[in-house]
Amino acid sequence: MATKQAVSFKLNGKAVDVLVEPRELLIHTLRERLAHTGPHIGCETSHCGACTVDLDRMSVKSCTVLTVQCQGAEITTVEGLEQAGELHALQQAFHEQHGLQCGYCTPGMITRAYRLLQENPDPTEEEIRFGMSGNLCRCTGYQNIVKAVQAAAKKLAEMRAAPKKAAAPQPAAAETIA
Amino acid sequence: MIPREFEYHAPKSVPEAIGLLHQLGEDAKLLAGGHSLLPMMKLRFAGPAHLVDLGRIPELKGVREEAGTLRVGAMTTEHELIESALVQSRVPLLVEGARLIADPQVRYKGTVGGDIAHGDPGNDHPALMIALGASFVLRSAAGERVVPAESFFLGTYETELRPGEVLTEIRIPIPAAGTGAAYAKLKRKVGDFATAAAAVTIRMDGDIVSDVAIALTNVGPTALKARVAEESLRGRTLDDAAIARAAELGMQICDPAEDQRGDAEYKTAMAGEMIQRALRTAASRAAH
Repeated sequence: MATKQAVSFKLNGKAVDVLVEPRELLIHTLRERLAHTGPHIGCETSHCGACTVDLDRMSVKSCTVLTVQCQGAEITTVEGLEQAGELHALQQAFHEQHGLQCGYCTPGMITRAYRLLQENPDPTEEEIRFGMSGNLCRCTGYQNIVKAVQAAAKKLAEMRAAPKKAAAPQPAAAETIA
Repeated sequence: MIPREFEYHAPKSVPEAIGLLHQLGEDAKLLAGGHSLLPMMKLRFAGPAHLVDLGRIPELKGVREEAGTLRVGAMTTEHELIESALVQSRVPLLVEGARLIADPQVRYKGTVGGDIAHGDPGNDHPALMIALGASFVLRSAAGERVVPAESFFLGTYETELRPGEVLTEIRIPIPAAGTGAAYAKLKRKVGDFATAAAAVTIRMDGDIVSDVAIALTNVGPTALKARVAEESLRGRTLDDAAIARAAELGMQICDPAEDQRGDAEYKTAMAGEMIQRALRTAASRAAH
């Protein structure tokens, strides 16, 4: 067996250490070792985007990343978006706008949309469709997914304009989840 | 799908990477963004005993301008290329091309150097680099050599890259002001390789073509430079007849592999169509 390697990274703000074979894929580490089953295994060939996670401020398909490549990384999965029991604006918007039917693609969709809105807080419909084009959905026809991302962008803009009076909880991650 | 067992190495510098290649020999493969190699390893089409990851070498990252040349570190990602203000202003053809590669997630990991060094005729940078007259810096223990893009690609998955060599940098002469450029790519869906694609750079003097470069993606064992088509246009008026003639000449060098994207006749016809579209778009962007 190939030499196992110790890999340390932050997962949703918490320090994690794993001992893995170099061939272990990040999606398997997340799901099987760390019990984070939000990222799903869809096509396993980096087409569908169901396994999308946020890795050092990049949306990546975790079926095509080796865990050993993640030494020192900061990883966010869909599990990390909710803060203090409150759904992230994107999660709430996917719910309200019916941005899902079977839900299989949803964690990948939301995680990808999170990075998209970090980079472009006020995207046009075209920019949303271009930015979300690495995530496949076989149920919705995408219309409500686009609406959900638009609704979340609007909500996040309102939240930035009028911050809550109560101090927001501080996530442990270096990057504030907003 | 899980790859065969291998040992993983993450050198911190190019000399360290080259040292590993020498020490490990033929059993080692370089890992760039991993979005061609890892899928091949998962499908067991590739099974290197050692992976040498170039992802931790800072000097292979980034884009800068030096003496009229854009220097792109081989490990610069497609996403970084698209977002680079320098690339947007100096070589917008690269941004147009990179936006048509794969999908957003793949572009965060996929690298320019990986796309080139893989030698896949379906990849887009080879034709873009040939059309731009780029050259590639290949470094080994013996030193550096610089190979022009148009003589780098030898066959499907075969390049000028020798054992023990690392592609470190891509050098692109910044096109003179007034140069028009375009990449026309036909693909079935987001994320697909081209059925056929054409990269064009063109300089116009009124209606006359003063210089032009045309390169084709995925219609032969390598990206192809359409030299005869280019020659047919130089010094000529760029009218419908000249464009149709250039497309016809470009189609004559096509030798596409038949697959689910179409048979050879269809792909060749689409290459002709992409040449026409890229020529028209590039000319519309050129100063006349």
